[in-house]
Amino acid sequence: MTVSRENSKMVYQGIKDAGVRFLTALPETWLVYLLQMAEDDPQMTLIEVAKEEEAVGIAAGAHFAGTPNIMLLQNHGFLGSINGIVSLAMLYRVPLCMLIAHRGHMGEPYPWHTQGGMVTEPVLRGLGLPFDYAREPRKIGKQIHEAYTLSRSSLVPTALLLTRDLMEGDE
Amino acid sequence: MKRSECIKALYEELEDCLVVTIMGACAQELYDLGHRENFFYLQHAMGLASSIGLGLALNRPHDRVVVLDGDGSVLMNLGTLTTLARYRPANLIHIIFDNGSLLSTGGFASHTTSGITDLAAIARGAGVPNVALTTTAYEFMEASADAFERNELSVIVAKVEATGPDHFGMDLKLPENAFRFERYIKEKN
Ligand SMILES: Cc1ncc(C[n+]2csc(CCOP(=O)(O)OP(=O)(O)O)c2C)c(N)n1
Repeated sequence: MTVSRENSKMVYQGIKDAGVRFLTALPETWLVYLLQMAEDDPQMTLIEVAKEEEAVGIAAGAHFAGTPNIMLLQNHGFLGSINGIVSLAMLYRVPLCMLIAHRGHMGEPYPWHTQGGMVTEPVLRGLGLPFDYAREPRKIGKQIHEAYTLSRSSLVPTALLLTRDLMEGDE
Repeated sequence: MKRSECIKALYEELEDCLVVTIMGACAQELYDLGHRENFFYLQHAMGLASSIGLGLALNRPHDRVVVLDGDGSVLMNLGTLTTLARYRPANLIHIIFDNGSLLSTGGFASHTTSGITDLAAIARGAGVPNVALTTTAYEFMEASADAFERNELSVIVAKVEATGPDHFGMDLKLPENAFRFERYIKEKN
């Protein structure tokens, strides 16, 4: 299995259709095409961080400045960012929209991803954050738009879990 | 040198800037001089003040952004210095008040207390183009005047005494601060 370039394009188009031109990210295999597209797109600003929690701060700064933005990260980066999510975003009602590569779930061949894969959903539930699984390429645009819209209306972080079905393919 | 003296000396200069502070003592010292709508106090989430500053600086290139940070907070997010250096917004001044102490939480020694850890050297090593290490009020004033004149990412490490205010409290709820800060920026242009 390889990462699906076609579906990555759909995700990227969904980000652009949501009106977002500012991304923060830390690379991960499922995100490679997305990051390449962002790098090659003169309309897009891509800020790569050293650790995902930084991106919570950068997203907050961008939000204060009025710039629509989305965070691209792997679920382990989400797990490593929890204090920022809780003690900046949730505490101050700063919306975040997180597109999270959901590694380590059904079909995962790599042992190191598996614990994180299993706890991602329970942690999101524990935080009370709205989230959805993204499985189908034809729905991804709508889902990104909806996750983005809810974060802005509720002033709460929202997450879209990018699944294996969506991110891997045989191409 | 005391942090409160440094902040007082900067206060006029901060009038037109977007200012982000860390928690506790530092936030209180700025607030006590008189709150302004362009001040955002990050009362928790240690380490992220400079990241907020980066997000602001990149998206408000015509505004000067000033971050008032602490040694304990920076030590929780040293990677931020490398991210600042990579994107090097010319309008960002990152001031680290190094009191060698986790002052706002009991005053325990931080890793910089003994002088072994040199935050200015770390910032230089990270690739920040303009770094100043200051130990007197005069040096601090010079370094900050220089940073405000430059069009270049600056980190100023200010070695200060581990002292803070004798009281805490603001007439400002945390989300209210965020909402008003956002609105201030929106109405600025
Ligand atoms: C993640 C986390 N761990 C511990 C604390 C407790 N705490 C509150 S203030 C503080 C010290 C802050 O130190 P510094 O950034 O140097 O600022 P100072 O208080 O010295 O001005 C700590 C450790 C916290 N707020 N968050």
